[in-house]
Amino acid sequence: MRYVRAFGRFWWDFIVGDDWVVAAAVGLGLVLTGILTGLGVDAWWLLPLVVALALAGSLRRATRVTTT
Amino acid sequence: MTGTLLLGLGAFLASAVETVEALTIVLGVGVVRGWRSTLIGVGAALLVLAALIAVLGPALGRIPIGGLRLVVGALLLVFGLQWLRKAILRSSGYKALHDEDEAFREERERAAAAGVDQRRGVDWYSFTVAFKGVLLEGLEVVFIVIAFGAAQGRFDVAIAGAAAAVVLVVVVGVLVRKPLERVPENTIKFAVGLLLTSFGIFWAAEGAGVDWPGDELSLLAVIAFVGALSFGLVRSLRRQRLSAAPAGAGA
Repeated sequence: MRYVRAFGRFWWDFIVGDDWVVAAAVGLGLVLTGILTGLGVDAWWLLPLVVALALAGSLRRATRVTTT
Repeated sequence: MTGTLLLGLGAFLASAVETVEALTIVLGVGVVRGWRSTLIGVGAALLVLAALIAVLGPALGRIPIGGLRLVVGALLLVFGLQWLRKAILRSSGYKALHDEDEAFREERERAAAAGVDQRRGVDWYSFTVAFKGVLLEGLEVVFIVIAFGAAQGRFDVAIAGAAAAVVLVVVVGVLVRKPLERVPENTIKFAVGLLLTSFGIFWAAEGAGVDWPGDELSLLAVIAFVGALSFGLVRSLRRQRLSAAPAGAGA
């Protein structure tokens, strides 16, 4: 069990890294994109927008921790 | 065509920067403790990495392209944002730049201080450090090669780009016999982060059902967007850091 947990932990750190909120935002952005395109909306702009907001937010959190 | 060229470039740059880091570890151990066990460790790690590509590559090729692009694109996007985030923090001064010379010095010190563990003619310290170093740095390259190769259906280009970088870095490393500290590693990491994030956005959105205007050409627009966003964030964070620094303190 310990090895399974360590294996999972390794891949989590490898893919997701320091800020899980970014991964959650990407997941949410993709779900919304899928819903909008399913409704006939050409939602190509949504994911770049989500990425911009997620990246800016993540950097804000990282630098706030550093500066305080 | 544009996507394929950028894919090759992305695999080349990612592989180059990871190979530089692996080379530093291997040189640090090999110079201090000898080359035989170190090179056995390198060979074993390369075998594992090659086996991963050989097994996972064809297996992913059997998954329908729409679902594959959604999953691979999402993973690549999250993974690429990690690279980009670190690159922006380094460029804006919030994170220390990676220094190969310093890493080499530390690796040599650790190798010299480690005890002797010689069994069956193998120095297990050298083997383990070389194996782990090459495996962990190489795993990122394998991930990128598999993701690029599967989502674009061009394993040949992804593998060729990555292999060319490994050969180039190793040949130069063997010739100069020291870590390649002059390689603009942090700039390359920035470029790789940009490419991974942009490819991730492009493929993941396509997998979610998006029809990109201009088809593959819009990949260039996505790269331009992510690039402009990143440089804007670097400038903004630099200003924030300088304004937060006490008067008279150095940058």
